[in-house]
Amino acid sequence: MNKSVIVIGGGIAGMEASAYLSAMGFNVTLFEKDEKLGGHLLNWERLFPTKRLGSEVLTFLKKGMDEKINVHTKTNITKINAENGKYFVTNHNDEIFEADALLITTGYDLFDARRKEEYGYGIYDNVITSAELETMFLSGKPIVNKQGKVPKRIGFVHCVGSRDRKVGNVYCSKVCCVTAVKQATEIREHLPDCETYCFYMDLRMYGAKFEELYNEAQEKYGVTFIRGRLSEANETIDGSLLVKVEDTLVGRPLKMTVDLLVLMVGFEPSKGTKDIAKILNLNTNSNGFIEVADEHTLTNVTNLKGVFVAGTTTSPRTITNTINDARAAAAEIACYLNLYTIQSRNN
Amino acid sequence: MELTGKQNIWKDYQKEIANDKYFYVRSCVRQNFFPGSETTFLRILKDELHKDIYEHPCHTTCTGIAYHGDVVPFDTAMTVIARQFALMTEAGYENLVPSCVTSFGLYSEVLETWHHFPEVLARVREHLRKATGREFNIPKNVAHASDVIFKFRNEIVQKAKYKLINTATGKPLKVVEHIGCHYSKMFPAKGVGGAEFPYVLIGMVEEWGGEVIDYPERRHCCGFGFRQYLVQANRGYSIGCSHKKFESMEPYEPDMIITNCPGCPMFLDKWQYAISELTGKTYGKNGQGIPVFTYEEVAGLVLGYDPWDIGLQVHQVSCEPILDKMGIKYDPATKYLGKNGKYLGVPEKPLVLKD
Amino acid sequence: MADFGYIIQEDRQINYDANDRTLFYFLKRVEPSISLCIGCGTCSATCTAGQFTQFDLHKIMLYVRRGEKVHIANEIKKCMLCGKCSLACPKGINTRNIIFQTRKFLHSNK
Repeated sequence: MNKSVIVIGGGIAGMEASAYLSAMGFNVTLFEKDEKLGGHLLNWERLFPTKRLGSEVLTFLKKGMDEKINVHTKTNITKINAENGKYFVTNHNDEIFEADALLITTGYDLFDARRKEEYGYGIYDNVITSAELETMFLSGKPIVNKQGKVPKRIGFVHCVGSRDRKVGNVYCSKVCCVTAVKQATEIREHLPDCETYCFYMDLRMYGAKFEELYNEAQEKYGVTFIRGRLSEANETIDGSLLVKVEDTLVGRPLKMTVDLLVLMVGFEPSKGTKDIAKILNLNTNSNGFIEVADEHTLTNVTNLKGVFVAGTTTSPRTITNTINDARAAAAEIACYLNLYTIQSRNN
Repeated sequence: MELTGKQNIWKDYQKEIANDKYFYVRSCVRQNFFPGSETTFLRILKDELHKDIYEHPCHTTCTGIAYHGDVVPFDTAMTVIARQFALMTEAGYENLVPSCVTSFGLYSEVLETWHHFPEVLARVREHLRKATGREFNIPKNVAHASDVIFKFRNEIVQKAKYKLINTATGKPLKVVEHIGCHYSKMFPAKGVGGAEFPYVLIGMVEEWGGEVIDYPERRHCCGFGFRQYLVQANRGYSIGCSHKKFESMEPYEPDMIITNCPGCPMFLDKWQYAISELTGKTYGKNGQGIPVFTYEEVAGLVLGYDPWDIGLQVHQVSCEPILDKMGIKYDPATKYLGKNGKYLGVPEKPLVLKD
Repeated sequence: MADFGYIIQEDRQINYDANDRTLFYFLKRVEPSISLCIGCGTCSATCTAGQFTQFDLHKIMLYVRRGEKVHIANEIKKCMLCGKCSLACPKGINTRNIIFQTRKFLHSNK
């Protein structure tokens, strides 16, 4: 009988790893808590740096999901037992599934922007998150503020919930800088008369074609970049927002009003990731993500034999890197289950 | 603006405020700035709420002004504060209630320091022992006096003679609340409602019928800043801070300002005079200013105390517009009579600012 | 007006809403590469004038962008037009033309 793998989490990493594992001949069962597979990708209209549609990537991922894969959506995991090298996974209906290996792809949640009280998210009408702007793009409806007015000026606040010791997240979420640049240029495409401002600490344009997108944002789209972190946002009498920021390159504080303020919310280990870590006793790192056995060489291996990880379950990363990581995890699991001798390096 | 968003934050910053048996420590400056405020606080606590509140005759400054003016080092401040705790311990009280926001901030800073550095606490105990022979217990509860009024805001409204309502229109008075920086900016968890959206004064205003204005420069400091005001040449940016706030609140047409700090009402009140003399500009209706009150004064008005008993005659900006709006009866003839009935004299009229 | 020995000090915030950015929009039109500045300071580090005066090109470009017109007219005169900044700029900004065009703008808008 073929060996079996249970994949927990049906986002990008879970889907792509399932596709590869099934293609390699393993029996794959995929659990997803939501109704649909695709995770956060379902909520994103266009992707950086190419601005191609997120749905195209989703279609590609779906094509990989052959009919042999047992997909269980709307499923929560309540218990996992290990016995004689096998894992027994119990779902919320008390059904038990057996597997020779587990792959955890429970991913991330977006930072809850209310925790940055000074920006007034959830209080001021026109403070929204990057995800909410993406929903606006996705809806195809005109971009208006809470008062129904077409914004004349939009500000993007980088690093909301990232690189912020005070909220407990010291790490960089890696995707927010380039997402802000992407969204600012998209605003300019939707609303050519709307000024766009990015308030950043550093612009981390590390990926292929990121820097090009940034250059284009400056030259073609006229996005203005102001280096400095907002100290606070306040609602004015007409519902716009007065933002206070140090213009660190000029060396002076700056104030301006914006009609819409977009908070670039970072990544945090998802509730699912935290729950699974607790159920399985998986080690987590200082940032709360699942700890990998070796930062350089064993990035899909956990402290438990036969339990593997992929994607944003271990750290924030792009879609490109998540897909790569999912395939790497599939290869790692195949080595483990087929007892390839290369596996001996892991011990 | 979504009120529920603020309410969610307020839920996160609830503090324990003792219910009775208070050891009250007065402010150094409030008795000069707003002489009726502290007596009004005591009157409310004793006569209305029937609480046990005690003042020790040997209580001194907490050194807050000198500490923030870089005159007194932290070790001295801690030892002086240790002595206040010793007085409290000797008097058999455990719940400290400072009148001053800066004292409250400094008490919080000292207690937090001792919590994290027990060796510092041991050293301060030694200092106090050597200097005075006294011993002390750490207070069980520290609440600013505005926290205490906040706690009993509902009891106060039940005895209210007047509400923060414009009796002519029936509409709530529009109130700007201003929180002293040292109340929660240093230790957000020690303030009711935290630091970004403090609730302590909002809770009173709303309970007593008023409506709070949230304006863009709400979180800005009044500009007192101790050494900034104390040095005449630096007053330009002290007044600049208040000026910035007035300019920002002006479009909302506030009826009054309520504060919980010794310095803020002083400066928000007196600077309106200075600004009017320097620029010709006033921020109230008909050349008047925006009346500025301490929370005790507002509580006193709500409870129907005589405005001249609670010290409103020493305000720079006249309080009469608010008394009229609230429908409070007062006798203009007794405004400048002291408690003993003796005539105090009338202050000179400003050139610009109208009564 | 009264003299109390102090004045009401204006804050030193850049008041972006109130500032006039006509010069920047003009420069963006005639020399679009100005948009590419990342404030790295290479131009200022290599600047002949900057070694001997307060002249600081990357800061001037920022002031122009923010609409802070203070000192620009005076400062811009200090440039010796040697062109080293254009040579050094990693983003390929035609800094020399920016100086020319700024002078031209200030001259015609006197």
